[in-house]
Amino acid sequence: MPRLPDLQAEFSAALTQPDAAVPDGVTAPSGGRANKRFAVYRNNVTVSLTAALEDSFPAIAKLLGDEYFAALAREFIRRHQPSSPLLAEYGAEFGDFLDAFPPLAAYPYLGDVARLEHAWLSAYHAADAAPLDPARLSAIPETSLGEVRFTPHPALRILASRWPILTLFKANRTGEEGQPPDLSSGGESVLVTRPSLNVTLSRLSPGASDFLEALCGGDTLGGAAALAIEKTAEFDLGTALQTALAAGAFSDIRTPG
Amino acid sequence: MSNKTLTAAIVAGAVATAVASIAAPGTASAAGKEKCYGVSLAGQNDCAAGPGTSCAGTSTVDYQGNAWTLVPKGTCASIELPDGRVGALEPLDRDLPQDS
Repeated sequence: MPRLPDLQAEFSAALTQPDAAVPDGVTAPSGGRANKRFAVYRNNVTVSLTAALEDSFPAIAKLLGDEYFAALAREFIRRHQPSSPLLAEYGAEFGDFLDAFPPLAAYPYLGDVARLEHAWLSAYHAADAAPLDPARLSAIPETSLGEVRFTPHPALRILASRWPILTLFKANRTGEEGQPPDLSSGGESVLVTRPSLNVTLSRLSPGASDFLEALCGGDTLGGAAALAIEKTAEFDLGTALQTALAAGAFSDIRTPG
Repeated sequence: MSNKTLTAAIVAGAVATAVASIAAPGTASAAGKEKCYGVSLAGQNDCAAGPGTSCAGTSTVDYQGNAWTLVPKGTCASIELPDGRVGALEPLDRDLPQDS
């Protein structure tokens, strides 16, 4: 008798490998191996995971076309099985997979668009929290403002790209047909937030992604601003803060002492 | 802001500008709303109930592999890359690397 964990591992591995043998112990009523029944099960797994990916990555599906997307999903599913029972979490590695997929080497922006779609979904499912009331900053004495630290809102995600990913995302998810996006227009950095029930995507000004990542990493307001200016000369603190506060990027602030 | 020295006054000025330019935070609009449990994006609930989870998927026979010969037919094909290349419209003449 095989041990149950071994049986389960073999069963699960064979599900996404069409060439693999039907696992031992999967028997038909007649007593032989349940080849047809296992094929039904195997098919349902791939079809349902493909549908989940298509629901989670509609912009990628539109960019590639349905037929291509379904074939691509099958390749992805063979390499990445779900690691959680929550299908909304499935596809976290899809962006990296697209980057490394040789037939798509001519479309280098796809990976970042997929990461933005996954960030959108993970922000959608993040914990609820009230965004920081910007007026609380006004109550802090001028001399202490530089020492303020911010608590990131649970839904906050930051994505910096060398491709215009926000333009590509919008053009392929809102259904507005227009001119194809111009890839030479430069990269876009995107702030993903969910201040109440709806996910919001805001385009970040130059240097703002470094600034916000530093704040999320625990830096003070003054420290994060200095770091952003160091990296990006045209960084504007007022604009970056305005975008972040208006979008509900933070849930709280802490002052020393 | 080319000056790399950030004085307290500069930080305070930027904060004042940012706070003043925001009419009202999102909290006001969220206050009257409740999350509606049981409503979920299609396919994103815990079990993707629908085609594929039942025998509805059995006729699709989607697990069978094919040689990789497809090319994108979506909007990718109309997007020009910065260096003037349009995405490769011919399939690459090779198969995917196999998992070892």
